[in-house]
Amino acid sequence: MSSCCSTPLAPPVKPPSATPWLVGTVGALLAWGLAYAALEPVSGWVVSTLPLEPGSHLEDAIAFFLYDTPKVLLLLTLVVFAMGVVRSFFSAERTRALLAGRREGVGNVAAASLGIVTPFCSCSAVPLFIGFVSAGVPLGVTFSFLIAAPMVNEVALGLLFALVGWQVALTYLGFGLGVAILSGWVIGRLHLDGWLEPWVLKVRAGAVDLPVAQLTVVDRIRAGIDAVQDIVGKVWMWIIAGIALGAVIHGYVPVDLIAAIMGRDAWWSVPAAVVIGIPMYSNAAGIIPVIQALIAKGAALGTVIAFMMSVIALSAPEMIILRKVLSTKLIAVFVGVVGLGILAVGTLFNILFVA
Amino acid sequence: MTPIREPIAQEAKMKDVKVLGPGCKRCQATAEMVQAEADRLGVAIALEKVTDYAAIAAFGIAATPGIVIDGKVVHAGGLPRAENIALWLSA
Repeated sequence: MSSCCSTPLAPPVKPPSATPWLVGTVGALLAWGLAYAALEPVSGWVVSTLPLEPGSHLEDAIAFFLYDTPKVLLLLTLVVFAMGVVRSFFSAERTRALLAGRREGVGNVAAASLGIVTPFCSCSAVPLFIGFVSAGVPLGVTFSFLIAAPMVNEVALGLLFALVGWQVALTYLGFGLGVAILSGWVIGRLHLDGWLEPWVLKVRAGAVDLPVAQLTVVDRIRAGIDAVQDIVGKVWMWIIAGIALGAVIHGYVPVDLIAAIMGRDAWWSVPAAVVIGIPMYSNAAGIIPVIQALIAKGAALGTVIAFMMSVIALSAPEMIILRKVLSTKLIAVFVGVVGLGILAVGTLFNILFVA
Repeated sequence: MTPIREPIAQEAKMKDVKVLGPGCKRCQATAEMVQAEADRLGVAIALEKVTDYAAIAAFGIAATPGIVIDGKVVHAGGLPRAENIALWLSA
């Protein structure tokens, strides 16, 4: 205001002080903890005030909905915030530099792991694919990244953790990584570079020297908040719809029916789950509450995890996007290899973990 | 006395801004943010959207949307912050 000259340009932004942000973050975490601790008594109290017959299907369904909805939203917010902060340490370009020229094997493991923490939006799949391949990241290693990035994501892990428990979330993480690593490795062994769309091989990536952004603590906290606004803001209605559907299953669908269709005894249930899941497209948010209800009703965990992986990792819209860079043959191999990997995971899980 | 030179000088100062991205929602939003920031600051820019995948890759970025100002990549991946756009445009 006191400046004498009308300079049209913005003055250099002074780095804001970190203290209020840190205090705010700690305060928000405390409030989060209080809200989480209050979930059970408050939801129980609300249900008890409703004119419902105790022990009825309807009461069961409503209690499930009123307890799970805030719980899931709270846990998801926390996980997404943490992941947003973690991701501010990574970028697609840095990941590419780490993977370029890496040997297969080690490269597949690194790519799948980096796929979890590197910020990735499915609309960037094609630029990322070209960017990786043209910079000398082997095809199979690129695939490991592209399989892991959508499949093992914070929404899936956060929701599994919230609804089914940390053991299942960890299992999903491990098996998801396993599928991404092995599928990418197999695709690499098949030497299918000739099955890319011809123009892709001609692209020469320019060398980029992005200004190394010196992110401050405040920037990273803001990255976490941005992630919450972006992701939770987008998926909350799917979650509520999913929990509502889950509540109906929880309250009304008989155990015998689910156990017969998706139980461990039905050998065909894992392949069927994978095949049904491939063309389906849903984000993890909508599907996991349903999955939790299915598990509670006697569905085998391996079958359910296979279904979930298949829905999230393989989808028709993604195939259509990737068709721009991959030949139809290569897409078929991709779907086949990943599908088989998921099938193996589901079957193995059902054999290993006898509930 | 220099009615002709004036606009030429302006032209030379005009910043060449490219928004790289296949035309997704975020890329669209990024282009709008850049234009809005430039208008706010009164910086003349020539905004171009680069949607061709090969052309995007040639700039070396792996995540879209990207922003290139006068041939230099300043941003890749995700929505930029308005205050950062202001910094890049002022540089």
